[in-house]
Amino acid sequence: MLEHYLSLAVKAIFVDNMALAFFLGMCSFLAVSKRVDTASGLGAAVTFVLTVTTPLNALMYNYLLKEGALTWINPGWSGVDLSFVRFLAFIGSIAAVVQVVEMALDRYAPKLYSALGVFLPLIAVNCAILGASLFMVERDYTVAESTVFGLGSGVGFWLAIVALAAIREKMRYSNVPPALRGLGITFLVTGLMAIGFMAFAGIQL
Amino acid sequence: MNAKRKGALLDPLFNENPIAIQVLGICSALAVTTKLETSVVMSLAVIAVLSLSNFTISLIRNLIPPSIRIIVQLTIIASLVIVTDQILQAFVYDISKQLSVFVGLIITNCIVMGRAEAFAMQNPPVDSFLDGIGNGLGYSLVLIAVGFFRELIGAGKLFGYQVLPLVTDGGWYQPNGLFVLAPGAFFLIGAFIWLLRTWKPELQED
Repeated sequence: MLEHYLSLAVKAIFVDNMALAFFLGMCSFLAVSKRVDTASGLGAAVTFVLTVTTPLNALMYNYLLKEGALTWINPGWSGVDLSFVRFLAFIGSIAAVVQVVEMALDRYAPKLYSALGVFLPLIAVNCAILGASLFMVERDYTVAESTVFGLGSGVGFWLAIVALAAIREKMRYSNVPPALRGLGITFLVTGLMAIGFMAFAGIQL
Repeated sequence: MNAKRKGALLDPLFNENPIAIQVLGICSALAVTTKLETSVVMSLAVIAVLSLSNFTISLIRNLIPPSIRIIVQLTIIASLVIVTDQILQAFVYDISKQLSVFVGLIITNCIVMGRAEAFAMQNPPVDSFLDGIGNGLGYSLVLIAVGFFRELIGAGKLFGYQVLPLVTDGGWYQPNGLFVLAPGAFFLIGAFIWLLRTWKPELQED
């Protein structure tokens, strides 16, 4: 049992890396990777929000939205299929969680709050967060599995963005062709990192 | 058509290309482009959602209280995406399966939110509609170009038809599998940006 979860986590962190294998969260991945410390702050915030929202959405999907999920309220509703509103429900719950996290951090951990600054509200529209919830539906994860999956995906994103930021900090000393400076070279570097991460592809626990 | 509307429609194609210049909507641009067919369907879906969401948000822009505008925008966009997703599932089920989560991810596609926030909230509905179409086309341009090269180089096919005969089938073309995988997409977009900025040096960053 434990092995199953461990394998799921390793898979989410390395093999199915959110940023490098599925291209999720790319916008902030490219925009916020200029410095290691801000990149790390964003990674931490994304990890936290993913760990909370993925199981929350799994709960909501399995007990409210899925076909026949409402039978626990009224056996007559077994034919009700609300899964088509899942996009709206997921994005709503994500926005709400981000808002609550923001208020809680402001109240109880003002230091971390000011360090994260503007990235916190922006997480609501980070595609990695919604992506994890949609993958959860597609792959039929249970609530426990989706907790592990959310945490793993977050750590994977964190790892990738910190690595990219470190490379970009060093790249300031290199002589890049003018037309490639900034965005262009970042894409090429990310491509090379993606090749690196493909080395994990065969890992099975 | 006056100059402003023309600008709203045509600028996003090259000068303000959403992917290469504004860095919006990268995620889906990379993920759905392994084949030309999925790229085209995804482009159409994004153009539809983007133009309609710009139009709708612009219509009610004076009624939206600023403090909750993000939620209002997200709700409108999510509803449009649900409709698009249902239409795709109804008429092109196979492609809808291949696009998997990425149709849903149009909701968080930064192009849609970004244009709603940057253009539709300040401009009248028709202009916003054209801006949506223009940005959708700029996005499609990159998507279809990347899809074209990835399918051609990676599998020797276009729209699923064998264009270059493969070595395994007795032909001469040895497919380059790298282009079907994630890194190939990064390299192609990087090269696209490189070309665009060599052609138009005023877009270069320092």
